[in-house]
Amino acid sequence: MSNSATLKMDAAAEHSLLDDGVQGLIGQPLDRVDGPKKVAGKAPYSAEYAFDNLAYGVLVGAPFARGRITAIDDTAAMSLPGVLAIVSDPDKFLRNSGQGGQNEAPVQNAHEVFYMHQPVALAVAETFEQARAAAAAVVVRGEPIDGEYDFEARLDTADTPDDGVIPPATSQGDIDQAMVDAAVTVDGIWTTPGQNSAAMEPHVSTAIWDDDGLTLYGAYQMVASDRMQLADALGLDPEQVRIVSAYVGGGFGSKLGISSEAVASAIAAKQLGRPVKTVMTRQQVFDATIRRSNTRQRIRLGADENGVLHAIGHESLSSNLPDEDFFEPAGIATHFLYRGEHRRITHGIVRMNRMLSGSMRAPGEAVGLLALECAMDELAEKLGLDPVELRKRNIPDIDPEKQIPYSARKQVECLEEGAKRFGWDRRNRTPGAMREGEWLIGHGVAAAARTNQLMQSEAVARLTPEGRLVVETDMTDIGTGTYTVLMQIAGEMLGLPADRVDVHLGDSRFPPAAGSGGSWGAGSSGSSVYLACRKLREQLAEKLDCDPAKLTLKDGEAIADNRRVAITDLIGDGLEAHGRIEPGKTSESHTQSGYGAHFCEVRVNAVTGEVRVARWTAVYAAGRILNEKTARSQCYGGIIFGIGAALTEALVHDPRDGRIVNHDLAEYHVPVHADIPQLDVVLLPERDPYANPLQAKGIGELGIAGAGAAVANAVYNATGVRVRDYPLTLDKLLSGLPPV
Amino acid sequence: MQFTINGTVHEADIDVRTSLLDLLREHLGLTGSKKGCDHGQCGACTVLVNGRRINSCLTLAVMHQDDEITTIEGIGTPDELAPLQAAFVKHDGFQCGYCTPGQICSATGMLDEVKKGWPSHVSEALDGQVDLTDTEISERMSGNLCRCSAYPNIVAAIREAAGLAPVEHEVVGEDA
Repeated sequence: MSNSATLKMDAAAEHSLLDDGVQGLIGQPLDRVDGPKKVAGKAPYSAEYAFDNLAYGVLVGAPFARGRITAIDDTAAMSLPGVLAIVSDPDKFLRNSGQGGQNEAPVQNAHEVFYMHQPVALAVAETFEQARAAAAAVVVRGEPIDGEYDFEARLDTADTPDDGVIPPATSQGDIDQAMVDAAVTVDGIWTTPGQNSAAMEPHVSTAIWDDDGLTLYGAYQMVASDRMQLADALGLDPEQVRIVSAYVGGGFGSKLGISSEAVASAIAAKQLGRPVKTVMTRQQVFDATIRRSNTRQRIRLGADENGVLHAIGHESLSSNLPDEDFFEPAGIATHFLYRGEHRRITHGIVRMNRMLSGSMRAPGEAVGLLALECAMDELAEKLGLDPVELRKRNIPDIDPEKQIPYSARKQVECLEEGAKRFGWDRRNRTPGAMREGEWLIGHGVAAAARTNQLMQSEAVARLTPEGRLVVETDMTDIGTGTYTVLMQIAGEMLGLPADRVDVHLGDSRFPPAAGSGGSWGAGSSGSSVYLACRKLREQLAEKLDCDPAKLTLKDGEAIADNRRVAITDLIGDGLEAHGRIEPGKTSESHTQSGYGAHFCEVRVNAVTGEVRVARWTAVYAAGRILNEKTARSQCYGGIIFGIGAALTEALVHDPRDGRIVNHDLAEYHVPVHADIPQLDVVLLPERDPYANPLQAKGIGELGIAGAGAAVANAVYNATGVRVRDYPLTLDKLLSGLPPV
Repeated sequence: MQFTINGTVHEADIDVRTSLLDLLREHLGLTGSKKGCDHGQCGACTVLVNGRRINSCLTLAVMHQDDEITTIEGIGTPDELAPLQAAFVKHDGFQCGYCTPGQICSATGMLDEVKKGWPSHVSEALDGQVDLTDTEISERMSGNLCRCSAYPNIVAAIREAAGLAPVEHEVVGEDA
């Protein structure tokens, strides 16, 4: 009997073995298995492995934004105490960070500078303090030339990129004529600023060489492809590179690909013959990793007098470096969320000398719905229609572009349940009409949708002679709860309690997983674990000489045909199985997405324009919920990211050289405790058999999708001021506020 | 130089430029305290110095040779969690866990400040007993950023550790 199982999702998984399990783990709101370690400070993040003879690296950035490096003068730096080397290898150093999932080296060639503070050297010393002083003493000489820093002035230079997660441009029908014919229209421009993921753990690499090659302890979301990127950048075989990312202090997209500190640390460690650890400063994380692009989005909506959409257009521009093909897919949800036979969705890139742009939490939906869902609010008002009702009237029967059915879709239920819990029927439709003292009160709604994806992923599961189950995959847990949900899947499948399941992650020696990105992590890696465990069930059934379908596993016992046997009696010297999931026809046959609805109450100070989020209800449906507690936390995180996007977060670029002037956590304002009330989050029961054998869809990014638009719509309802330029800082509200 | 950390005296030969945080992380192997910004902006490095919470990245180690320093490692261990730590696990007051030791050290110091009657920006009065509302907790914890944004759960965890009633909307399941 083969010990591996592969499933290509070519057909719906109508029956999931998780529903046959009697262990009672799946779906339960269990505490995180890595929780005790994390709260006691004992979970080792990548900067926290101890090595003898460790040297410290600090990156040196270019002092200009565009031009050629002519010399890296290390004279002063090398004269400082403890300094070991000023390492620069401009052929190999990364110019740009890697994008997620790419298997080739990111752009190298650090002879040329393309954005301010691009890393060009690494100062290495015996201690961190010595390395920091040395980095400050390095003199980088070059020949600066003019760069491109003005987005608004260069809109007409935008180019159409290659296909990304969606095609860059699609069109059907005649939207221009449909807008002319429509009874009611909205046609506006929304802008969103650049953003930084700002994960709490800075980017870090500790590099060690031995006879087998390089081991790199780094903070990564996608170990398998990051290993390929790193090997290619260094000219090594992938077999010579091992990456360890056992605990990752947040990612949100910023750690999908490798960054400059990885290659620089590896080169320095090789050159010095000792381990080198490089932790980026917070400023370097802002300056030299990856950002979410700013966007300019034109939304056109054309509806008949009943509020039914016939025209829907979403034309957006984002910015990126020359030759980078990532574009912010702002129209991704617009493709399938609403009706309209005349449609046009396009994306262009304005080439600029700003740091690389790429994926940040819900690339596409996070900014796209900031525009679309506010346009829907404006349309509802013009129609004199409740915005919940407008959305319900425009839910398509089938995908309006691909003409294929949707998989599980509780779009209506989310809106209705949310409206009921929130008390939406009691809101005052007249803007600026609700007030308590100097506080104006408003309510807003927005829909949530996040495309669901399945990626190839592999895992191995092993039953030990002692009756423990060990799961290994190079999947990561970046706070998403992977350790916990994989334990729940494995324990449910093999009838073992939580304390008999060991999940090992984040090591490229384990089978390659999908990685943490695009909300596909739990569904993809979980399916590979499911398949490996299904194979182990079959092996146990064979040992017991019974039909696997009639095998019940619980608390370490196998029960079948009126027999009850401890599984340790069946395991022998140990059993092992390998599982692999691959996307298949269900990705094409059905449009798959998680759905939700946000309801928000804001209070806007009539004197100062300060906006406070006072109350929140969100209802989501995303297939099977694997762990209600960790899933809910993901939703909280998404909503709060959305509140930040609506009210405070914005990268500010210096118009003279593109540098990010607010490159730290004092000036780039992520939400803090005092910005956030208690949030009411509901997860509707649902199964999506087209998604994967778990029947679960992604939940890590659904919460951010639309959240900021609910805030903006509530601010309008409170004040009567429409702001189409995010974030909604008080200066944009003040002049329009009603009299105090 | 000598430092008293979690009741144990440690010897270290350090640079005068070494922050208290880098002393802990890079010289003594106490990596529970985290570096998120090195500028006192995020709170991930929060420790207790003589019982008061402090950003350990913003103070030099040499200034603390006579102080009693408590880090997350001194608050509880995975096998013997302190009540606040256990409440963070139960209420999922974290996701990635990187800000968590700082949140817990900060909350420990904060609850002591409340006990002493120290007012905050949102307190109704400058003296007398503090009514530890959610608004008070959130205000007093705002020096500790959590980008995973576990804020509602952190407030719930602190409420439990402080002996307050549970949050209305929260669903907390049975432990495994």
